[in-house]
Amino acid sequence: MVSLAEDVAIVAFEQTPSHAHFNDSEPAMIMPCVNSVIEQVGMDRHDIDFTIAGSCDYLSGMPFAFVMNIDAVGAWPPVYESHVEMDGAWALFEGFVRLQSGDIDTVLVSGSGKCSPGSYREGFSLQTDPYVHAPIGLDPRTQAGFQAQALIAAGKATERDFAEVVARSHANAKDNPYAQLSGDLSVDELLAEPYLQQPLRRLDCPPTSDGAAAMVIARADKARELCDNPVWIRAIDHRIDSHHPTLRDLTDSPSARIAADRVGLHDGPVDIAELTVTYSPEEIILRDALGLNGETSVNPSGGPLTGSPFMAVGLTRVIELARAIRNGDGGRGVAHASSGPALQQNLLCVLEGDG
Amino acid sequence: MSADPSIPPAALSGEVSLPEKLADVEPVRSVRTPIRLEYDFIPGSASSGYLNAFADRKILGQQSPVDGAVFVPPRGVDPRHGAATPEYVELPDTGHVGGFCVTRLPIPGRDDLEIPYVSAWIHLDGADIGFLGLVAGIDTSEVRMGMRVRAVWKPDDELGRTAENILYWEPTGEPDIPVTAAGTNAWHAKQAAAGEQG
Repeated sequence: MVSLAEDVAIVAFEQTPSHAHFNDSEPAMIMPCVNSVIEQVGMDRHDIDFTIAGSCDYLSGMPFAFVMNIDAVGAWPPVYESHVEMDGAWALFEGFVRLQSGDIDTVLVSGSGKCSPGSYREGFSLQTDPYVHAPIGLDPRTQAGFQAQALIAAGKATERDFAEVVARSHANAKDNPYAQLSGDLSVDELLAEPYLQQPLRRLDCPPTSDGAAAMVIARADKARELCDNPVWIRAIDHRIDSHHPTLRDLTDSPSARIAADRVGLHDGPVDIAELTVTYSPEEIILRDALGLNGETSVNPSGGPLTGSPFMAVGLTRVIELARAIRNGDGGRGVAHASSGPALQQNLLCVLEGDG
Repeated sequence: MSADPSIPPAALSGEVSLPEKLADVEPVRSVRTPIRLEYDFIPGSASSGYLNAFADRKILGQQSPVDGAVFVPPRGVDPRHGAATPEYVELPDTGHVGGFCVTRLPIPGRDDLEIPYVSAWIHLDGADIGFLGLVAGIDTSEVRMGMRVRAVWKPDDELGRTAENILYWEPTGEPDIPVTAAGTNAWHAKQAAAGEQG
């Protein structure tokens, strides 16, 4: 078991639907999420001890765009606040670590991103490696294509396996009101589609999405005071591989494997796994790296293939898992977030119900 | 033990040696990387309302539903409370200088600006925060906090959906607002008064 200085629970969460195009500002998108979680816990917003957000200025195309987002939090009088240029799942990580100090009780975590205004494929190659990769146009989808090709070449997966991931994700999303895409698709139909970037087809890749997510986490005593059904964060860890695709085996994810070990993933049952499968081949790699078998329900929400608001999508995995546990769909599970191209960096968060 | 910062790392101080096959290759000393990205910018409903109104020579603010404070430019939210501010308020094009700065360096791309120029926080009559503008029509040495100003607009046939419709702010000649009640001082005084009442 992972030993923690302080037990921490999720006490409130909210997400926007995954929008193809949200026709207002990013603060306008975040604000209802933030206000909802504050209302759920019944606190005055100025009594929240620490506030942290995850977003990416390249998505909105404005320097210091993340500062504008603070409008949505309500930061006057000034609040104790931080920001990560990462998915909101890493904001959750910082909030969780902050609570381990034991001197504060509550953290407001948010993540947001609007992919629709610009070209996130170009933006991300500039953000992650402007010197070597950006000039040759090595964007995340191209790297996902390398990864898919490597899986096929190694005999670890086929295009049919990718299509099966897509079909199951879209079918699962039919019950998810926040999903952008959903429906019944046959594997044969999917395989008849033209390539977008061989061996990837359009639905092997995520839709362009805008969205936001927020949650409140709290130390144990405060968590029980704030809600009847806290969802406990039993462990959280993130690890990173080399950013250069030729310096690692693209068919494996050593960083996810190490993170799984560090969070004690298999110290208990893994009923549900909400994985940031941004491109369908990633699910095959993650299932293997995390040692998931048929007993785990993978992406019952549909996952990022059915709605992928970058910078909120990882935090949304944690929310989808927390909601499933609250609904009694499982007692224990893992949420996964990734950052960088081709699953370069991986975060795992083990949640457990209050039972 | 910390490294002595005056000693450069070995990689920088030592001789650079290359494998034989790279001996005649020209070393890379710099790269050019594309940094142009295009966006379909969405100003959002609050900024859209603000910019559209400029075409009719109007300056719009938004009012806090919590205590009626007026913000300009409007951002759709009262940042103190995280409350949506759907109510627009039309503001006059008169106010005072809440604070200012005399700049003696040119701005790239603004050859039209005469040096020195004055940028100032303009506090419109009826607004609770200031917004940025240029002050002209007066010697820079005479600009002062609390000085009353009005907008000088572009001719009607040049108006667009932009804050650039206001060329600059010029003195009205009215008596100054006392410094203790000018700019953010007015805001703080109002807050203190509200606190005493509460």
